[in-house]
Amino acid sequence: MDVFGNLLEGFGTAITPTHLLFAAIGVLLGTAIGVLPGIGPAMAVALLLPVTYNIEPTGAFIMFAGIYYGGMFGGSTTSILLNTPGESASVVTAIEGHPMAKAGRGAQALAAAAIGNFTGAMAGTMLLVVLAPLVANLAVDIGAPDFLAVMLLAFIAVTSVLGKSRVRGFASLAIGLTLGLVGLDSMTGQQRLTFGSLHLSDGIDVVVVAVGLFAVGEALWVAAHLRRAAAKPIPVGRPWLSRQDIKRSWKPWLRGPVIGFPFGAVPAGGAEIPTFLSYVTEKRLSKHREEFDHGAIEGVAGPESTASASAAGTLTSMLTLGLPTTATAAVMLAAFQQHGIQPGPLLFQRESDLVWTLIASLFIGTILLLVLNLPLAPMWAKLLRIPRAYLYAGILFFASIGAYAVSGSVLDLVVLLVIGVIGFMMRRFGLPILPAIIGVILGPNAEQQMRRAMQISDGDLAGLVNTTFSVVVYGIIVLILLWPVLRKLVGRRGARPDGHDPAELEKETVDA
Amino acid sequence: MRTARRSESSAPRTARTATGWLKAHSELALVAFLAGLGALVMVDALTMAADFTQRGPVGPKTVPLLVGGLLVIIALVLAVDVLRGGKGESESGEDIDLSTQAEWRTVLLLAAAFCSNIVLIDLVGFPISGAILFWGSAYALGSRHWVRDPLISIVLAVVTYLMFVYVLGVPLPGGPLAGVS
Repeated sequence: MDVFGNLLEGFGTAITPTHLLFAAIGVLLGTAIGVLPGIGPAMAVALLLPVTYNIEPTGAFIMFAGIYYGGMFGGSTTSILLNTPGESASVVTAIEGHPMAKAGRGAQALAAAAIGNFTGAMAGTMLLVVLAPLVANLAVDIGAPDFLAVMLLAFIAVTSVLGKSRVRGFASLAIGLTLGLVGLDSMTGQQRLTFGSLHLSDGIDVVVVAVGLFAVGEALWVAAHLRRAAAKPIPVGRPWLSRQDIKRSWKPWLRGPVIGFPFGAVPAGGAEIPTFLSYVTEKRLSKHREEFDHGAIEGVAGPESTASASAAGTLTSMLTLGLPTTATAAVMLAAFQQHGIQPGPLLFQRESDLVWTLIASLFIGTILLLVLNLPLAPMWAKLLRIPRAYLYAGILFFASIGAYAVSGSVLDLVVLLVIGVIGFMMRRFGLPILPAIIGVILGPNAEQQMRRAMQISDGDLAGLVNTTFSVVVYGIIVLILLWPVLRKLVGRRGARPDGHDPAELEKETVDA
Repeated sequence: MRTARRSESSAPRTARTATGWLKAHSELALVAFLAGLGALVMVDALTMAADFTQRGPVGPKTVPLLVGGLLVIIALVLAVDVLRGGKGESESGEDIDLSTQAEWRTVLLLAAAFCSNIVLIDLVGFPISGAILFWGSAYALGSRHWVRDPLISIVLAVVTYLMFVYVLGVPLPGGPLAGVS
């Protein structure tokens, strides 16, 4: 059947009362989570995962996708009213959004953000509809060596592209890979890092790892440095835009998806880089450049549209290749696996109904989000008044339930605390969390693909690079790894010959 | 030495004494953690029983050895970086004030509240242990409403319990109180 027919059928399933309810719950939760500090969509999906064991998967994923999109919408509210972004995707929004709020144009900033998110999500989801089946078709023939290469690319990209220090990114990745090793080896049943514990031989559940690193780690870290006087949000009325505002915003709204979607689809850390690029672009193209840094509406409209479109791009890679490029996508991938579904090229054939219902409900969720956010923004802003003690106590409370519900065992709570302490330490010493999450979720997968590829090639290492696809991907990996050296080579002509030492490579990134 | 000069310039006063030096280089604790973890992973892999039935040329030891080796290498590179004056940037956030010293008392109280739930959940059931967890956490974080705090805790724990058990079908221990209904 053609894409359009599939999509229509998806709408047919998505528009049933149960699925609409899940979509509504998802976008409501997502917006709230986006507005609230300390809790993001990845944490929310991880916490809700045990709850959805008894729910049919379609409903659960409609809800998760709603949370992801909702988080993009809600994140801008704190950026604009508090100058403190709720999500990493809305960091850039604060640059222009907060000055606008201070100048009494908060309502316009919120409206530009909400409509920007709407445009970005709509355009992004349309791109997903068009591109996902194509990518899935192209990728249907790729085999174990190719999957391994893509996963290694994800490892290298999340540690190298983002963050200030490459070695700290790798440290985080290695911690995640280690946690992923715990349990019985899937191919031989050999115990690894279980220390004789029967409980650990089942492996550490992804829910426990994600909730431990995000929720418990965050709560402990905040406890150590709790801001005693919480910042006061700027009061704001109902969002609206004048004709002049719309005239200045519509082009940035439409440019957002062009920048956001491709960056969301590649493993470069989700929305951070594209929102910044969008900001720079809008600043350069604006006729009101002098207003930038003092509250230019283009600087809100562009990045917000970009952020939502990048979420759609991320979902495209996750669904068609099984490749998560953000923490939320990584947790969603784990959620698919827990329901016995493996995202990847075959997903569109095997679970066609589920995928198209999910995509259709993305459209529905986006419309719901516009309705929720545009007139109701002042109400969402009130959420910021919640006492921080209750917020973080609640996060710990639900983290404990989530981990306990995984297998009804107190031992999971002990493991949760240990991982929470690791999360605390990572925050203290500036290790990014994303590589660890990617490592723990993709690590076991990557090992399996590697061993499968070696099995096919009968132990010949050449079996890992015997396809054009994998060779190209390894080429990209080498390029990313050598980038700091290459940049120096280009920068100063007489290059230093010692630049190829891996240790030297690390240092240079750190110093840079 | 370049190392000493750099670290002194970042923390001119404290770097003179030994404890001050350790404080300025507290990331060495992370180095030790990574190196220890790497050693643990490798030892665990090497002591694996060898009589498993292996499918394919790559056994269950290879990847742990790679990961363990990676951890050790990272620890070394990080150690060099820290000694040369590199510093990881502590994570910031809207509720985080990095200008103050870490409040270890709050962290320990919060961890204690968390542990109380671990100890109590199977003994007295979730409605009680969960309420203690919430109240204890709120107390640790500075909330001192003697009526509102316990009230919210009890309502939250009981409602969540009923919701999970009867609506979502996720079993949680009810404890002695559950026998009443």
